[in-house]
Amino acid sequence: MYETNYHRAGSVDEAAKLMDSAESGKFVAGGQTLIPTMKQRLAAPDSLIDLRHIADLKGISVNGKDVRIGAGTTHYEVASSADLAAVCPGITSLAGHIGDPHVRHMGTIGGSIANNDPAADYPSAMLALGATIHTSKRDIAAADFFTGMFETALEDDEIVTAVSFTAPDACAYSKFPNPASRYAMAGVFVAKGGDGVRVAVTGAGMDGVFRWEAAEQALGSNFSAGALDGLSVDAGDMLSDIHGTAEYRANLVKVMAKRAVAAA
Amino acid sequence: MAKIEMTVNGRSVSGDVEDRTLLVHFLRENLNLTGTHVGCDTSQCGACVVHVDGKAVKSCTMLAAQASGSTVMTIEGLSAGGELHPVQAAFKEHHGLQCGFCTPGMIMAATDMINRYGGKLDEATVRAELDGNICRCTGYHNIVKAILAAAAEMSGSAKVAAE
Amino acid sequence: MGIEGIGARVARKEDKRFITGKGRYTDDMVVAGMKHAAFVRSPHAHAAIKGINTDAAAKMPGVIAVLTGDELAADGIGSLICGWMIHSKDGSPMNMGDWRPLAQTKVRYVGDAVAIVVAETKNQARDAAEAVEVDYEQLPAVTEAVAALKDGAPQIHDNAPGNLIYDWEIGDGAAADEAISNAAHVTRVEILNNRLVPNAMEPRATLGQYDEAEDHYTCWTTSQNPHVARLVMSAFYSVAPENKLRVIAPDVGGGFGSKIYIYPEEIVCLWASKKTGVPVKWVADRTESFLTDAHGRDHVTTVEMAFDADNRMTGLKVDTIANLGAYMSLFSSAVPTYLYATLLSGQYTIPAIHCNVRTVYTNTAPVDAYRGAGRPEATYLLERTVETAARELGVSPAELRRKNFIREFPYQTPVIMNYDAGDYEASLNAAMKTADYAGFPARKAEAEKRGKKRGIGMSCYIEACGIAPSQAVGSLGAGVGLWESAEVRVNAVGTVEVLTGSHSHGQGHETTFAQLVADRFGVPLDSVSIVHGDTDKVQMGMGTYGSRSGAVGMSAIVKALDKVEKKAKMIAAHLLEADETDIVIENGQVKVAGTDKALGWHEVALNAYTAHNLPAGMEPGLKEGAFYDPSNFTFPAGCYICEVEVDPDTGKTEIVQFVAADDFGNIINPMIVEGQVHGGIGQGIGQALLEGTSYDPETGQLLTASYMDYTMPRADDVPSYKVSHTVTPCPSNPLGIKGCGEAGAIGSPPAVINAITDAIGNNNLTMPATPQKVWKAMHG
Repeated sequence: MYETNYHRAGSVDEAAKLMDSAESGKFVAGGQTLIPTMKQRLAAPDSLIDLRHIADLKGISVNGKDVRIGAGTTHYEVASSADLAAVCPGITSLAGHIGDPHVRHMGTIGGSIANNDPAADYPSAMLALGATIHTSKRDIAAADFFTGMFETALEDDEIVTAVSFTAPDACAYSKFPNPASRYAMAGVFVAKGGDGVRVAVTGAGMDGVFRWEAAEQALGSNFSAGALDGLSVDAGDMLSDIHGTAEYRANLVKVMAKRAVAAA
Repeated sequence: MAKIEMTVNGRSVSGDVEDRTLLVHFLRENLNLTGTHVGCDTSQCGACVVHVDGKAVKSCTMLAAQASGSTVMTIEGLSAGGELHPVQAAFKEHHGLQCGFCTPGMIMAATDMINRYGGKLDEATVRAELDGNICRCTGYHNIVKAILAAAAEMSGSAKVAAE
Repeated sequence: MGIEGIGARVARKEDKRFITGKGRYTDDMVVAGMKHAAFVRSPHAHAAIKGINTDAAAKMPGVIAVLTGDELAADGIGSLICGWMIHSKDGSPMNMGDWRPLAQTKVRYVGDAVAIVVAETKNQARDAAEAVEVDYEQLPAVTEAVAALKDGAPQIHDNAPGNLIYDWEIGDGAAADEAISNAAHVTRVEILNNRLVPNAMEPRATLGQYDEAEDHYTCWTTSQNPHVARLVMSAFYSVAPENKLRVIAPDVGGGFGSKIYIYPEEIVCLWASKKTGVPVKWVADRTESFLTDAHGRDHVTTVEMAFDADNRMTGLKVDTIANLGAYMSLFSSAVPTYLYATLLSGQYTIPAIHCNVRTVYTNTAPVDAYRGAGRPEATYLLERTVETAARELGVSPAELRRKNFIREFPYQTPVIMNYDAGDYEASLNAAMKTADYAGFPARKAEAEKRGKKRGIGMSCYIEACGIAPSQAVGSLGAGVGLWESAEVRVNAVGTVEVLTGSHSHGQGHETTFAQLVADRFGVPLDSVSIVHGDTDKVQMGMGTYGSRSGAVGMSAIVKALDKVEKKAKMIAAHLLEADETDIVIENGQVKVAGTDKALGWHEVALNAYTAHNLPAGMEPGLKEGAFYDPSNFTFPAGCYICEVEVDPDTGKTEIVQFVAADDFGNIINPMIVEGQVHGGIGQGIGQALLEGTSYDPETGQLLTASYMDYTMPRADDVPSYKVSHTVTPCPSNPLGIKGCGEAGAIGSPPAVINAITDAIGNNNLTMPATPQKVWKAMHG
């Protein structure tokens, strides 16, 4: 790791100010992606601004079907929230399968979506749930938030503070992990609500998380795994690497989508 | 430089380190607690697992500065008082270790797992929960056996140790 | 056997320090004034070095020195060697390319060391290593052995034209050809044995300390064989004469072969310690380990197996190309020859066998012995071929094997080995019973209803371990003898220290070896200490690899125990006024048989040291040493049966049952032996399902250089294993034991692949059988 300067922020405002005074600062929440990246000298922020101790960013609230999750909430806290599981088991199950138990104790939902790793799990849930991303500056619809691989609508000093969504009637997440890294090689979140069905795919697409509209339409009229039988995603839009060709990933997207529908 | 203050294995400790110092290096080099190991660079092998504020985390994926103010327990703190912790005893009884390098992380992960699941652990859950710990020697057979045995022995006592 | 003696399932003495975090590994060592090293490594697979500028790096914060290969050469430090001479079939010696500890003119793989930086902290050393400017002129690279042999391939070493190291053969080619041309059936198979990275969980590390006042060096290192390290560093690399070099291998976190070899880092850190006047520690990070630890396997092979009309094997012809990487590592030449082709008879009577092996340089990490070393490659090709033959012939794979088993011992194979004992049918029957082989069709049908493809596969392996005897291996080209030494010291109070040249890095020697003493003298296990891993304590030894520590290391201890026992009995006979032949040692008592006359073991020991009343002419003391040189290898064998379910939608394989029935002869500690089998199977399943080492064929970059891309077996990738033993004692060593350390890794890969190919109905599948590959094999 290159030398850096650590700052612990006590509030969102303080964090934003610290960022403004840094030359090439980075916010760190759980640090479960950023610290390994820095260890490998692939990132070299001169300042690290720690958000982990900001009380305002923590906590889960469930009112009826309205859900709000603070950005600093860990994957473990999401996975083990009984209130959340009661209205939206898809997201608690998703959180319970991110990384490994130790990573889940540190990693946060805010960090995950702000980083928008193309193989991260949460972005698919945000997109499929039609979530709103709350930041230190504004509210952004998930559809507008994720703009490409590792790219989001966030400005440099903008901090994700929470996400909110209305729990759907049914939802589930199914993923096929990369055998080595255990990141999603294809992860599909399916949500069925009053406004129809949304299907969002992570890990597979060349441009990061995406909605599979053909599947949404098919499932809109017939919410069953069999409704996807005749469909396929275009392998030309899929990632390809030593673990999975584009063709294989395209297959996985369909298989995971069917399994998510069956589980929802 | 960062000023670090924390409680490690029940003892208040402090030190001045470069901001980039990882928690694992602070433990190993400043506190001479060399039971916590480093086996990879990508936060996957789990040889470095310690408990921070009662939860298992990878000490190679946390700056010492991030952990400042926390309460940390390492493998050296688990058997304080000389009596082996039931998980340690089970690893010995069931031959859950060979070279010993992954063992501290395995045992810290196992105690955390048992804290969370109590007596409800079964083989499939133990194997899934070991996702973040790699062992090259045992083929996992006896590690799984040891954890299940320790969980069975400890079930009834909800919390593993005062942390 | 007693509760702590031979055959007892004793919990390990060494465990306490490991489970309490008190193990002492090389990276845990701290000496006064110690500084930290980082190596500058080649980012290119193949390049000429036009110049190295260290000025900027030398001025970085905390930097003590930046040293290059020219300075190392100027101080007379030698090149790394391969210690086993192989001659090509035309009689010419192998073409060993020059391997400098720090490259001077050319780099030949990504990770090749070019310079060392010594600094106050590890981070500062790494910061400065990045600032060393190396002017490289990139050259075309080649990573695959078959490609490296082609005309026009990049030339890696000047003295190895066409990148060929040797072209070697064994067996009778004409006889094998004749068998094939006369065969009723010939099975032809192409086999790829995938390259693996050993991945001991403790990365390699070393601490070199030079003491100017004594002109003496100390090297702490992650070694499986500290004495061999000292010998080689002294005799070949001229680091220091042996009496001025102490090598200590403290607790070592796994080896699996990768820590046999002497690597550039140990040599360079010792030299740098003298150069800088400070102790120098280097610890590999995981990616450095991936890049520079010796890899394993990497064979491309064609096989032809001939059968007569009665399905009896009549001939076997094997042609192998083996990738040895950019340089010849210490034992690399022996692995695809004498540790491989000599096992090609397997458990079967095959009258004619021929094997040709070409070894090749490529721009990849050096390849050497990894758990099994040659025997997994032999077993994999044989057991895949036999299984394929059974499918082609439409007969039961079990019965085809049974029909061809060797049944009379000793059995001389056509490829050097003389099998001393075995009962292959016993292990086959035991495994089939445990696996409920007969019930498989019902299980398959039930799985089909759940949408899963279920398959079953077996593997009947034989291996050879405890390479020996020294005279024979010497005649085959080995640069060292392969005996072992032991010294048994009985202290005046009756406690016992055993000094051994074997090295434990997970094998549990501190317990198993102590059980021999407890068994012999009836003393408590706690009063026996095993001393190993330090050249200042143990006179000489050959270390631990090739499953040799039981059969060879313990036999040396037995020989020393025999001498101690004899002397103790002479002392007791003298004191008890009895005949020496009437003395027996039982439960810590030295007794006159059939009487109540007895001395405590400790009393005999004390008398040996007070020397007040010893037999006339006897020297005081009770300490004996022995060297043991085996008369033959030991031949563990067994049968493994794997049952899998494949998810046809994703291609993911789940191992639903894994059965192992091994014959290791007599067993000292069944718990530890089973643990060795578990670990070996885990690695074998890793090879079969998960672990693939991938270099970019154009750039030579290692694509699987971390756990993000190299799939290590995790707990949920493997099942619990059903392990059992059959016993035919080994006739060539006093304990009747065979090696158990590698069998699991040798026997398991073909069982897994045979099961998957059975499940999916497509025999065309290479390791690792990743979900993607299996899916493709199922869906075209």
